[in-house]
Amino acid sequence: MSGNGEVLVKVDGLKTYYSIRGSFLDRLVGRTGAAVRAVDDVSLELRKGEVLGLVGESGSGKTTLGRTLLGLVPATDGSVEFEGREITRLSEHDRRLMRRRMQIVFQDPHASLNPAMTIAQAVGHPLEIHGLAKGREEVRLRVADVLERVGLAPAEQYLDKYPSDLSGGQKQRAVIARAIILNPVLLVADEPVSMLDMSVRAKILELMLALKHDFDLTYLYITHDLATAKFFCDRIAIMYLGRIVEIGPSEAIYEDPKHPYTQALLRAIPEPDPRRTIPRDLPRGEVPDAARPPLGCSFHPRCPKAFEVCGWESRDLKELLERRWAGMEEAGFEDEQASVGSLEPLDDPATHARMPGGAVKAILDEARAEDPAEPFWTGVRRIESADGHVEIDWHEPVAPRLLPSGQVEVECHLYDEEALAEAEKRRRSGIPR
Amino acid sequence: MSAVLEVRNLRLWYGTARGSVRAVDGVSLEIAAGSVLGLVGESGCGKSTLGRGILGLLPEGARADGEVLYKGRNLVTMAPRELRRLRGPDLGLIFQEPMTRLNPLLRIEDHFRETLEQHESKLTDDAIRRRSLDTLGRMGIPPTRFRQYPHEFSGGMRQRIMIALALVLRPSLLVADEPTTSLDVIVEAQILRILADLKANFDTALLLITHNLGIVAEACDRVAVMYAGQIAEEGPARDVFAEPKHPYTRELLRSTISLETTELHSIPGAPPNLITPPTGCRFHPRCPDVMRVCPARDPIETRPEPDRRVLCWLYGPDGDIPPGGTEPAERERIALAEEA
Repeated sequence: MSGNGEVLVKVDGLKTYYSIRGSFLDRLVGRTGAAVRAVDDVSLELRKGEVLGLVGESGSGKTTLGRTLLGLVPATDGSVEFEGREITRLSEHDRRLMRRRMQIVFQDPHASLNPAMTIAQAVGHPLEIHGLAKGREEVRLRVADVLERVGLAPAEQYLDKYPSDLSGGQKQRAVIARAIILNPVLLVADEPVSMLDMSVRAKILELMLALKHDFDLTYLYITHDLATAKFFCDRIAIMYLGRIVEIGPSEAIYEDPKHPYTQALLRAIPEPDPRRTIPRDLPRGEVPDAARPPLGCSFHPRCPKAFEVCGWESRDLKELLERRWAGMEEAGFEDEQASVGSLEPLDDPATHARMPGGAVKAILDEARAEDPAEPFWTGVRRIESADGHVEIDWHEPVAPRLLPSGQVEVECHLYDEEALAEAEKRRRSGIPR
Repeated sequence: MSAVLEVRNLRLWYGTARGSVRAVDGVSLEIAAGSVLGLVGESGCGKSTLGRGILGLLPEGARADGEVLYKGRNLVTMAPRELRRLRGPDLGLIFQEPMTRLNPLLRIEDHFRETLEQHESKLTDDAIRRRSLDTLGRMGIPPTRFRQYPHEFSGGMRQRIMIALALVLRPSLLVADEPTTSLDVIVEAQILRILADLKANFDTALLLITHNLGIVAEACDRVAVMYAGQIAEEGPARDVFAEPKHPYTRELLRSTISLETTELHSIPGAPPNLITPPTGCRFHPRCPDVMRVCPARDPIETRPEPDRRVLCWLYGPDGDIPPGGTEPAERERIALAEEA
């Protein structure tokens, strides 16, 4: 199943940023808007003949990474080598030639096919665009051939049908036929079975495995679904907020997930077995805004194992107070809110905060006493009240690095000796000045 | 336990250019007070139509027949005005896409105010605020965000707000149609926890409509498996998953790809259209256990165990099967092409 070692795609330090247009005023004074770091410094290799799973939640950047590889989205920085050739800055002509070698299958088969085109026209379209078939007869013959290969047989029954005549699974077969008709070497499959019914998913996955074998394909399988990825992929890369947080052979990832995020993803999947329930201690909150990622490790605000150097900051304090208030009676909340005042100043990410009102310290002390195990408190270096306000300092974050650990590579301080040592040092010296 | 809602032989159908679609065809269900019933099936099986039909929310042109009994009254024949009065305070609904159901121009506070004023006009401003904040707090939404607009919330937060909006009226039954489908897996798990805890926290019964068997296993007390407009099987979730009776349930469980999957499996063929469904048992063209009687006669619901119902000739009643009817029948040849 797995690759034969020859590198087909080499991604190095790839960044894809989308700029957000600022307000009219911003543009007037020449300020540029912020950027969403959809892909933020990703490096990986895809070997010939392997299936690499790119797994993450929405907003993780997995789809953008796939599209950047295909040149559908321009790379902001870094390089992508395909068959030994740099392809991020190709001319339009060269890119077209390259496209014959790499194709994509999208999630929604209903939206991927033009409702006004017959299956023969749709599947044969790439041949015409690239001028690879002479005359309608040849196109039709080649389409018929490829339809049979994807299981739409006998092809005569399907050639002149419209997408609306086909079931979801049949449409996805047609989309796959269109993707392989140019004989590509790389197929990027972006959630190819997510919109299909459970009873037909396996069929499409089996088809894709058969085609991989027959056509010597390499797959980049983009999905949010760890269950299908487990079955389908040789290697898995887990993405979170634009970065690969863990990558390695599938067996290793599923048997011994290292990153707390990978562990959480695996535990959160509802299994069709009523005897086992999802644990209650899952990460709180949701994937944060990629335009304003958390300091340090992006996962730290949700991480049950985060510690001193993971990037604790002002916005985490805001969330802590909000969580506290969500569980309080109205009167208690109103008292506390009056002492704390507006939380908006905490929105600017910083490892220092100054809050008005001496009562804040008492509130924080109480919160800490109620839940001393909350990881947030490991990050607090000092809380001090002085003339009517409270100063809070957090430990400076250490930037996480993707490092080898056993069979996989993981970007987490728990597996980084230097970060652990640094945390230990801070723990000793972090006593209030 | 007494039933909060009882569906008896409900049929729902609507006309299309190609003919009449019998989306729900003779369905009977019971939802016990404070319990969670999962309604599971593939796309096009009629589960969403059933969910909406129960609440009288069918599109114009749809027709209904049978009984939906709530507090002794039949919702099917109830005047639309009266039914409207029940929706909200008695029967709540949660949809799949939380963003499209919140008004982008209204603050969260105004959504709650509008909802409560509509149905409980006697509440004071203070009481409205208190009840809203309390319900939101139980969903994990902090009071500091009460005056924000829907776009300021993440997808999971919006779904929590939608659930709070339904629960603030303290309905005795909530219908949730694929409430977690557009959410990420960790957020989905968070929402499932909330739904599974409804009974303890709000004493609300839940009809949870989903295509995901994992979600049923996670959150439901009982499960009804729907196929081609009918309930193929119904029973306690634990028993149905441990020992499915209907071949469709069994095959569907086998096809579900989970972390435990060691071998891919799929059901041949595709779900039928509901304009001209197969004769006899609707699953017979895809059924590995098909017998001679299956295409010939409509199956009769039986109770192979006191607490379980199944619509399959494998379980009789034997007296209704003609001689030789239990002989295996050759499965109608399904072209690979029809398969998926």
